[in-house]
Amino acid sequence: MIGGLFIYNHKGEVLISRVYRDDIGRNAVDAFRVNVIHARQQVRSPVTNIARTSFFHVKRSNIWLAAVTKQNVNAAMVFEFLYKMCDVMTAYFGKISEENIKNNFVLIYELLDEILDFGYPQNSETGALKTFITQQGIKGQHQTKEEQSQITSQVTGQIGWRREGIKYRRNELFLDVLESVNLLMSPQGQVLSAHVSGRVVMKSYLSGMPECKFGMNDKIVIDKQGKGGTTDEPGKSELGGSGKQSIAIDDCTFHQCVRLSKFDSERSISFIPPDGEYELMRYRTTKDIILPFRVIPLVREVGRTKLEVKVVIKSNFKPSLLAQKIEVRIPTPLNTSGVQVICMKGKAKYKASENAIVWKIKRMAGMKESQISAEIELLPTNDKKKWARPPISMKFQVPFAPSGLKVRYLKVFESKLNYSDHDVIKWVRYIGRSGIYETRC
Amino acid sequence: MEWASQLCENRGLGSKMTDSKYFTTTKKGEIFELKAELNSDKKEKKKEAVKKVIASMTVGKDVSALFPDVVNCMQTDNLELKKLVYLYLMNYAKSQPDMAIMAVNTFVKDCEDPNPLIRALAVRTMGCIRVDKITEYLCEPLRKCLKDEDPYVRKTAAVCVAKLHDINAQLVEDQGFLDTLKDLISDSNPMVVANAVAALSEIAESHPNSNLLDLNPQTINKLLTALNECTEWGQIFILDCLANYMPRDDRESQSICERVTPRLSHANSAVVLSAVKVLMKFMEMLPKDLDYYGTLLKKLAPPLVTLLSAEPELQYVALRNINLIVQKRPEILKHEMKVFFVKYNDPIYVKLEKLDIMIRLASQANIAQVLAELKEYATEVDVDFVRKAVRAIGRCAIKVEQSAERCVSTLLDLIQTKVNYVVQEAIVVIKDIFRKYPNKYESVIATLCENLDSLDEPEARAAMIWIVGEYAERIDNADELLESFLEGFHDESTQVQLQLLTAIVKLFLKKPTETQELVQQVLSLATQDSDNPDLRDRGYIYWRLLSTDPVAAKEVVLAEKPLISEETDLIEPTLLEELICHIGTLASVYHKPPSAFVEGSRGVQHKRIPARAGSGESAESSDVGQSGPSEAPPAVIPSQGDLLGDLLNLDLAPPTATVPSVQPSMQMGAMDLLGGGLDSLMGDESDTLGGDIGGSPSMGAGLGVAPAAMPTALGIAPAVGGGLGDLFDLGGGVGMPTGSYVAPKTVWLPAMKAKGLEISGTFARRGGIIQMDLTLTNKAMSVMTDFAIQFNRNSFGLAPAGPLQVLTPLSPNQTIDVSLPLSTSGPVMKMEPLNNLQVAVKNNIDVFYFSCQYPLSLIFVEDGKMERQVFLATWKDIPNDNEAQFQIKDIHLNSDAASNKLQGSNIFTIAKRTVEGQDMLYQSVKLTNGIWVLAEMRIQTGNPNYTEMELSIKCRAPEVCQFVFLCYELVLKN
Repeated sequence: MIGGLFIYNHKGEVLISRVYRDDIGRNAVDAFRVNVIHARQQVRSPVTNIARTSFFHVKRSNIWLAAVTKQNVNAAMVFEFLYKMCDVMTAYFGKISEENIKNNFVLIYELLDEILDFGYPQNSETGALKTFITQQGIKGQHQTKEEQSQITSQVTGQIGWRREGIKYRRNELFLDVLESVNLLMSPQGQVLSAHVSGRVVMKSYLSGMPECKFGMNDKIVIDKQGKGGTTDEPGKSELGGSGKQSIAIDDCTFHQCVRLSKFDSERSISFIPPDGEYELMRYRTTKDIILPFRVIPLVREVGRTKLEVKVVIKSNFKPSLLAQKIEVRIPTPLNTSGVQVICMKGKAKYKASENAIVWKIKRMAGMKESQISAEIELLPTNDKKKWARPPISMKFQVPFAPSGLKVRYLKVFESKLNYSDHDVIKWVRYIGRSGIYETRC
Repeated sequence: MEWASQLCENRGLGSKMTDSKYFTTTKKGEIFELKAELNSDKKEKKKEAVKKVIASMTVGKDVSALFPDVVNCMQTDNLELKKLVYLYLMNYAKSQPDMAIMAVNTFVKDCEDPNPLIRALAVRTMGCIRVDKITEYLCEPLRKCLKDEDPYVRKTAAVCVAKLHDINAQLVEDQGFLDTLKDLISDSNPMVVANAVAALSEIAESHPNSNLLDLNPQTINKLLTALNECTEWGQIFILDCLANYMPRDDRESQSICERVTPRLSHANSAVVLSAVKVLMKFMEMLPKDLDYYGTLLKKLAPPLVTLLSAEPELQYVALRNINLIVQKRPEILKHEMKVFFVKYNDPIYVKLEKLDIMIRLASQANIAQVLAELKEYATEVDVDFVRKAVRAIGRCAIKVEQSAERCVSTLLDLIQTKVNYVVQEAIVVIKDIFRKYPNKYESVIATLCENLDSLDEPEARAAMIWIVGEYAERIDNADELLESFLEGFHDESTQVQLQLLTAIVKLFLKKPTETQELVQQVLSLATQDSDNPDLRDRGYIYWRLLSTDPVAAKEVVLAEKPLISEETDLIEPTLLEELICHIGTLASVYHKPPSAFVEGSRGVQHKRIPARAGSGESAESSDVGQSGPSEAPPAVIPSQGDLLGDLLNLDLAPPTATVPSVQPSMQMGAMDLLGGGLDSLMGDESDTLGGDIGGSPSMGAGLGVAPAAMPTALGIAPAVGGGLGDLFDLGGGVGMPTGSYVAPKTVWLPAMKAKGLEISGTFARRGGIIQMDLTLTNKAMSVMTDFAIQFNRNSFGLAPAGPLQVLTPLSPNQTIDVSLPLSTSGPVMKMEPLNNLQVAVKNNIDVFYFSCQYPLSLIFVEDGKMERQVFLATWKDIPNDNEAQFQIKDIHLNSDAASNKLQGSNIFTIAKRTVEGQDMLYQSVKLTNGIWVLAEMRIQTGNPNYTEMELSIKCRAPEVCQFVFLCYELVLKN
């Protein structure tokens, strides 16, 4: 199991050091600093073995978090734990920075004592932790016996992510379907790979211990219902931008509140949600993706010292919708000496420090096209190696889900309290963003 | 806050930690000040002081002098302050054991506190204080806490048992904590169950033979129930524990799989990977034609792909595991090639791993896409990545024949870019393509030769030299090219020197007239001016060969080379199987068994072959993480560094042969040849070798005959070998009578075929010495003299341990009996059948060849009796697929007689059991190369007419089973 946990600043000074196992000594702190943080060559793996000790590290801005062990630990678990620890710290004091860590070091030690016991991760749900690890530290005395046992039963219990007795005057929930659409396209316009990775983020402000059921236009569910004889109500699909009835989901993963065995057997998503914001599910689709933009590059080398680049972008969605924050990044060779750009729409600039022309458009409606042309002057070089031509990448945001996913329902049942599904105010929003959206040129 | 600013000041000092003088001067005053604050009456001030102390501790200052003052603050109602004091205690108790006792009272009191959080805190902290005296006091509170009414306390106490066990294992056993811990598996609270499982699993690791984690269907059922309810971490503990269970039959296996599959949708990647591990392992037991088996295969792909959208560090872990899964069950991800395409912004470690998997998944169906991608990658910036991409193109060519032409043309395009390292890498892989498809792409040689000057890396130079030598007859100026290399001969690296030597000899044999001078030059450079023994040896061999028998030289040096195989870098099957059992863990990230990087007893238990010792690779362990899996084809001649590595490994491994190793280089010759496909036959060393070979540059793959193998192959026995031969003669002379069965001599070489020499013979193993008993009869009309004998490479490395002792000339019609001692340290090559031995005998008339087969019992060693428990574990550990069943008919022996008879041939009976009138004998055999063979023999005792014996044989190298059975039959029937 995890033998120790260290947090360093960018210089390699230790900010936090907590050792859980006897086989990890103080020298491990230095070993990581010398061999990873101060290494002459950048370390090329997140797992490093130094003198039979394994170091796992992740970086958040310029802070290094390292877990150390001498055993054959579950490596996936260690990384998941490090991410979780970052989440917990962020939930407690915001951004992970040197200053914040120094200012909260007592709290961090308290958290580390609680969420990692002898190197074994324990309950690390912020909701539960916040009930008994507080910065006041005096809470312990004022709790009644009931409160205490409520804490412990929540920390160890089956529903460790939610406490009892939550009350809201207005029961409300927000569902955000956030998708990032990823594309790799050849210069000829052939899709080399495309997938959508989506997340359903829920903000729940519900009283009591509500039982929720979430439904979407999952092909497997819809097909099953179709076979069962109950056809979907006609006209229900008008909500959608694409009019697609159902989508094929390649795979999905759920927050630990979702009953996985029920999903496995009936494909229904039922759960008691944590209070506040959390990620209900993640999913991935690869079929029938709506690619919101198409990039058509044209690069011509005119002699050894000049390049002509023309890039056309076409938007491919309903004309009534607007894409926002569009940015096209056209890489330029390292020996670029000057660039002239002309674009029909938006603003374009050559950024020498980033070796790219950055073209920004604030808004663009569907089924439109726009273009940019640039002349790039090059310095003559002796370098035999040809320019690697990195791909043209694009960023944007669209108000629909490129996968075609639709939320069909989210039902809330709370048998003990006096409110029904109808009383809950529900909001659904779809946002599609570019993930890695690249076209080779 | 004040303490925060103080902390910042401390940190300012911390950054100058190297300046120790500065430190000691300020320290005194500071400690003094802190002492005063700690003893202050004001609570707040006290707390601030403790915080300062902890801050100093963090940056590495020694604040142990404050021990009594800090411990005095322990008695407090303030939970935060208490926790800080505990933190201090955990750090310094060990250095101040006597004073640590002061804390005991508070702990014991806290364990009785009405607040469960305080009870848990006390028991958690107490377990972390590694002072013997304190642990004694810990027992009673711990016992209470294990039975506490509050689950939070119980789950903390469960982990505390593991802590205590780490400090004093005996105490834990004596106090009966292990039983209490076992009871907690049935606890009503899932988190208590999970922590109990984690603690038990850890304790069980240090007691490999204990039945601590007594997994039976009932407990498994409990675990599976808890699985649905506990935290993500608890699910991981439980799944990792489940993976160690052996289901009794395929139905149980299926039902566990069914209950584990929902975990594949968990958001936590570690839960997913641990579930994959359980499924991959239990799938083995399912019949392949079962519908469910197919369903399961389909269910595994999507979650594995989803792991690739996790954070990069997790992607890396996932990719290393997918690499294993793809090797074990390629069908799972065969349609998912695209998801492994490299993204421009992927971190380099993700890129390199993806590339590796792409090649593994490459097939005729997707090769066009793969090649287009690889070509793209070859123009990227990162040098390592580009090199790997170029190599990958070569590997595609070798793997998918239909794509070879396209690959070669892609490589030629890349050579045209003139980017130095791209060109060099391309040449190295083109050499391999030549070897795979001889006489197909040699037209590109001209292009390669154009780039001769730009090659500055030894591997590329060596590859180019090999090409020039191999195709000398097609390259008009081959002699000039090679001569140009010869000028700086002494500055070249060894692999280039060796290759140059061979290439020039090849050239000479092909064009003898114009290159005589050149060959003499290189031979003298290699033999007289070099102090490298390998080079000298090879030089001398060529020299003698050329001067004594040019025709033989041609046959040897220009021999037809075996084709290189396509999947050269696969992980050796037994290691792969072990790593599959470690999915998700560090072992699966390093692609090494835990014993290779874990110290002490931990992790040893999971090893599949109990006899295996640490592979001792500490020298290279520091870069284990960075280096991707090797992509190089197996090297026949590893580079110098690797040779050394192998030697070290050999020394560390347990002695596997009964004879001392004859000569290091000879041993290695044998080992190096293993790269091909024989790994499974070589028990111990192959494991570590697999890695070394894969990692070593592919140079020299063209050499038909490895230098080390040459002495034996040519009969110029090295002096050491001769000396050893004498030793063996002695052993043979003393002759220990044993019960081992020796078959009568049969005629191996009829006189008709050997110009009048008839050879008959048999094999015997006497007191650990293997002997070949020969009878030579001269049926010709003239006297025969100058006898010599050699063996071809064979499955178990049998080689003459001395010269053939026919001292007097053999006159017509004379017969002579000779005993030739054999060693098992010769070069190894898998034979068909396995026990085939090809022999060459020379006399003054000619050289004659024959082949014969030896009983496998020849290589059963005397120390082949396995420990009972090791036997049990090994038997379970070997997959059922490796089990072979045989029947031996017409045996009129009872079990004792059989057992005695078998023992004479080093088949040892470990245990005997009588069940329903049948005697079951459990037996073990160890081969000279360290492979263990386990057998279960069933003899009907009640009925004398029933004379059939049933034999089940299990071995990690299943191909030997058949031959072991033949030995049984032979021994029992004679």
